[in-house]
Amino acid sequence: MSQDMSDDKLPQAHGAGEGHGDVAAADNPFADPGLPPHEPRRTDIDERAAKRAERQVSLLFIVSMLATVGFIASYVAIDPSKIVYVFPLGHINALNFALGMTLGVALFCIGAGAVHWARTLMSDVEIADDRHAIEADDDVRADVIQKFKTGAAESGFGRRKMIRNTLIGSMALVPLSGVVLLRDLGPLPEEKLDVTGWKEATPTNPIRLINMNTNLPMKAEDIGVGSLTFAKPGPSALRPGGLQESDEDFQEAIATDALMLVRLQPTDIKDPQSAALGFEGVLAYSKICTHVGCPISLYEQQTHHALCPCHQSTFDLSDGARVIFGPAGHPLPQLKITTDASGYLIATQDFTLPVGPSFWERNA
Amino acid sequence: MSSSASAKTAAPASTRAKPANKAEAAADYLDGRLGIYSLAKSNLRKIFPDHWSFMLGEICLYTFIIIILTGVYLTLFFKPSMGEVVYNGSYAPLNGIRMSEAYASTLNISFEVRGGLLIRQIHHWAAIVFVAAMFVHMMRVFFTGAFRKPREINWIFGFLLLFLGFFDGFLGYSLPDDLLSGTGIRFMEGAILAVPLVGTYIAMFLFGGQFPGTDIVPRFFTIHVLLIPGVMLGLLVAHLILVFYHKHTQWAGPGRTEKNVVGMPLMPVYMAKAGGFFFLVFGIIAAMSAIASVNPVWAYGPYRPDQVSTDAQPDWYMGFAEGLIRVMPGWEIRAWGHTLNLGVFIPLMLFPLVLLMIAVYPFIEAWITGDKREHHILDRPRNAPVRTALGAAWISLYLVLLSGGGNDLIATHFHLSLNDITYFVRVGSFVVPVIVYFVTKRWCLGLQRRDKDKVLHGRETGVIKRLPHGEFIEVHAQLPQDKLHTLTAHEQYEPVELPAEVDENGVARKVGLMTKTRAKLSEGYFGEHGQIPKPTAEEHQEITSGHGHH
Amino acid sequence: MKKLSARRRHPLAALVVLLFALVASGGLYAAFAPAEKAQADSSAQSLAIDEGKRLFAVGCSSCHGLNGQGTTMGPSLVGVGSAAVDFQVGTGRMPAQQPGAQVPRKQPIYSQPEIDQLAAFVASLGPGPVTPTKDQYTATETDAIAKGGELFRTNCSQCHNFAGAGGALTQGKYAPSLENVDPKHIYEAMQTGPQNMPSFPDSTMPEKQKQEIVAFVRYQANEAPNPGGLSLGSLGPVTEGLFGWIFGLGVLIAIAIWVAAHTTKAKKS
Repeated sequence: MSQDMSDDKLPQAHGAGEGHGDVAAADNPFADPGLPPHEPRRTDIDERAAKRAERQVSLLFIVSMLATVGFIASYVAIDPSKIVYVFPLGHINALNFALGMTLGVALFCIGAGAVHWARTLMSDVEIADDRHAIEADDDVRADVIQKFKTGAAESGFGRRKMIRNTLIGSMALVPLSGVVLLRDLGPLPEEKLDVTGWKEATPTNPIRLINMNTNLPMKAEDIGVGSLTFAKPGPSALRPGGLQESDEDFQEAIATDALMLVRLQPTDIKDPQSAALGFEGVLAYSKICTHVGCPISLYEQQTHHALCPCHQSTFDLSDGARVIFGPAGHPLPQLKITTDASGYLIATQDFTLPVGPSFWERNA
Repeated sequence: MSSSASAKTAAPASTRAKPANKAEAAADYLDGRLGIYSLAKSNLRKIFPDHWSFMLGEICLYTFIIIILTGVYLTLFFKPSMGEVVYNGSYAPLNGIRMSEAYASTLNISFEVRGGLLIRQIHHWAAIVFVAAMFVHMMRVFFTGAFRKPREINWIFGFLLLFLGFFDGFLGYSLPDDLLSGTGIRFMEGAILAVPLVGTYIAMFLFGGQFPGTDIVPRFFTIHVLLIPGVMLGLLVAHLILVFYHKHTQWAGPGRTEKNVVGMPLMPVYMAKAGGFFFLVFGIIAAMSAIASVNPVWAYGPYRPDQVSTDAQPDWYMGFAEGLIRVMPGWEIRAWGHTLNLGVFIPLMLFPLVLLMIAVYPFIEAWITGDKREHHILDRPRNAPVRTALGAAWISLYLVLLSGGGNDLIATHFHLSLNDITYFVRVGSFVVPVIVYFVTKRWCLGLQRRDKDKVLHGRETGVIKRLPHGEFIEVHAQLPQDKLHTLTAHEQYEPVELPAEVDENGVARKVGLMTKTRAKLSEGYFGEHGQIPKPTAEEHQEITSGHGHH
Repeated sequence: MKKLSARRRHPLAALVVLLFALVASGGLYAAFAPAEKAQADSSAQSLAIDEGKRLFAVGCSSCHGLNGQGTTMGPSLVGVGSAAVDFQVGTGRMPAQQPGAQVPRKQPIYSQPEIDQLAAFVASLGPGPVTPTKDQYTATETDAIAKGGELFRTNCSQCHNFAGAGGALTQGKYAPSLENVDPKHIYEAMQTGPQNMPSFPDSTMPEKQKQEIVAFVRYQANEAPNPGGLSLGSLGPVTEGLFGWIFGLGVLIAIAIWVAAHTTKAKKS
């Protein structure tokens, strides 16, 4: 492609009197005057200054030694739980501060000493070193190509096609063993992302909503308008004790089952479907954001908006948790709730939509 | 050499001169086995030019070493396990709380292991500075054109180091299993789920089942301490070997040419300066860790998927990705029983693309200039206005996205609306880089003009002189020759021209689209709006001889 | 004494005497005032309501209506209870100065006795949460902070941040910092749900749990040491990143400039 381009437009190599046109190099005012002569430093010509620099460097190394002694002394002497007030840092851990400062000083002084030594006492005469082209010259290039060709010809790789093809085949297949070995990293997704712990709930075997704070079931009247409550599933056939923190799979379960309960004046609920899923204005939404799964719970009780603290997706809880701002793609799933004979809030079915972030197989 | 005849005789005496002392003898021993003399011959007095910006890479190297040293120490105490324990340690506000062993052992490192908190903080501060230094180092290389031939491959090595640094930092942030790191992992799960077709499978395989499972911390641990650092170490060594092999670039100046490198020798000056700088860097990071707390995991509490704290941000280097994900509108396509979560998937794809933009730049510029020569003299940023403006525009894009990642804190600290900031970032990511591009280019051209004035008319002395006819002038002093040389040493390309539309035989020539694009870009780079022609010796001569009074 | 009398004709002497007199009479009044209140204790409640009504008419009625029934400017106060008044007026949020996304906390305008009178009046409009007593919001158990921490992370930290540093809400609203907030006011905020904050009534968060949360907030936002050093505002990685760039990399670059700079040359003389 570049053949037909005017590559001769490139400027000439540096130092070859570029852009100076007709002016002879001798009286070219821009010509390179060459390296300036070396000028001595104080320490080069004044032995007293040099001695002083030497003492300064040694002093820095001595301070470093003292700081290391201080580090060891702090390590031995200071109680690791001791808190001290250090202005302007505040109340901080004494040991951390002492160890950090002594280590910092010990290291810094070694460095400062070495650099000061280099700057004042080692030669500062600038030296010019020649560069050599990275590229090999044409003879070397031709030689290497010839050698490679000889080697390739001797191997017969190009000529003996059967060997070549079977080698390529075997090399292509052998990594598959490694891929197969990765299969047991985890289970297949199957239905796992579509259901939650509320799936055990049926009209005949409902699951009570358990208050996250009190670990007790709740009645609808416990949830005041403008209040915010978090809930988890109560006892079910699979989990007779209800979801408890001590359960082995608590983390996985709460990552899908967590609920956010709010109560709105029934007149404030804009979406009749959402109102029907609730009970007398008590609405149970999934606490897991549909964007990437943060527990969304920044509930503004006057606007009925819930904001996610991670990426600020905002849902209108009075309107079926419709997304009104931010990167979430769909509303928070709502759990259908009602009350049992004793007046406790219960769920009689799972979420109708998968909770949490979208995924490819999500069918909605 | 060793014929059967000589086997009977005693070993032949070495032809080498007798070593003068034990050190020489030891060196001889090693040379006989490792060939150290040949290696040291060209390297012991290797020349390094002096400039502060050439030490940015050293900050990266040294913080990397600090991270490895402290990281090894931390592995002695950290338990990469998600097994649950009930905490009963010296941090009272968490007593009786359930947590993973990973989190409990991090608390143990912070409160029971003497100096453990310091090492943890050094590790984390060094990581923050490491990535920041890599970023600035890369920008230095970019703005000075140090990525040009023969250093393009080393540029790529450096870029990969930055990219891997991002990820290893994120993995390290995820290990303590505190509320913040767990929130980060949750984000990662959500992002993986957004990948079409295979997302759910990758997520299940990565987490060993449903989120969060008990596998992610041990798996991340191995990747964080072994896999990525191993690759980085290899790249780092290659990066350094190439720096030695290419020899360092240098600024234009008297006596400095494309054929030489001027500076101080490795032994002794740079051994002392660079070696000393390691201790300076380590000392500063240690002092930083003594005075400022980083990632106070005890305050966050253990991770639980139903708990969260506001101000949930990643470490700064992932901040622009956070910004992308925060400001992206929630687009989602639901059809044929499938969901394509563009609101997450697009940012996930843009994240590497934003970085790739800067990574591929050297190759684009090389294609436009068509320059195949080696370059060892650095460009001053003003002398490459389009490149500098593009770099500045890229940085501004990065910063706009970064501010999107911190939109909640900007909102609370500057009393703004979170929503307004998000809207600003949405528009700003397109508009701000364009404005920055034009402003920077203008600025560069202005600086070029000033340089030209200085060369032709000398520098302003501040001395005001009254001429006989009453006019006041400021006396300009001619620059010395070394200054004149430095200010005119840069090369200026001319724009490539399209080949004539008909060839010498009068037959219409087909000009490819690529050729046309290249010519256009070249005009933009090096045409009359792309650079100020540098002063020529004739211009200078004319002015100084003709009316050289000021 | 001699020195003092020598200056009695000083131009500022009159001013000093005046100030002294003002301070003395104010002090005397303050000393006697509680005694009067004690005498009136029997009918304190109705007196307080009357006094509160008077204060309300002057300071609050323009927005909330003369009987607290609410206007277009401000909501009805019927049934908000004395706790809401004690919180709103005690933290200086009420009376509000200007409309905005959110009414900010500021220096309270009314004294505590006046606030109590206002609260008594508003409480008389309809039943609502009652101002808590000190033992209601003071936890006694030793593990209260740990338990409160867990409750805080479930119920509060999503808005107020893990350390109570506050955070952003939508459209310019925010969850305020909990630093230096009176424990009583923290308790009242949970009871009443001021502005956009949801309430956490006793039915879903019993008194003891609120106590524990108060204990945790008191500890985390006020007393907790920062073992690692500067807390950098307890705002997470954003301020850490800024500190790392400015202090960390900034200092290192300054040092690099020193390392690489040419040593000063001896002056040519």
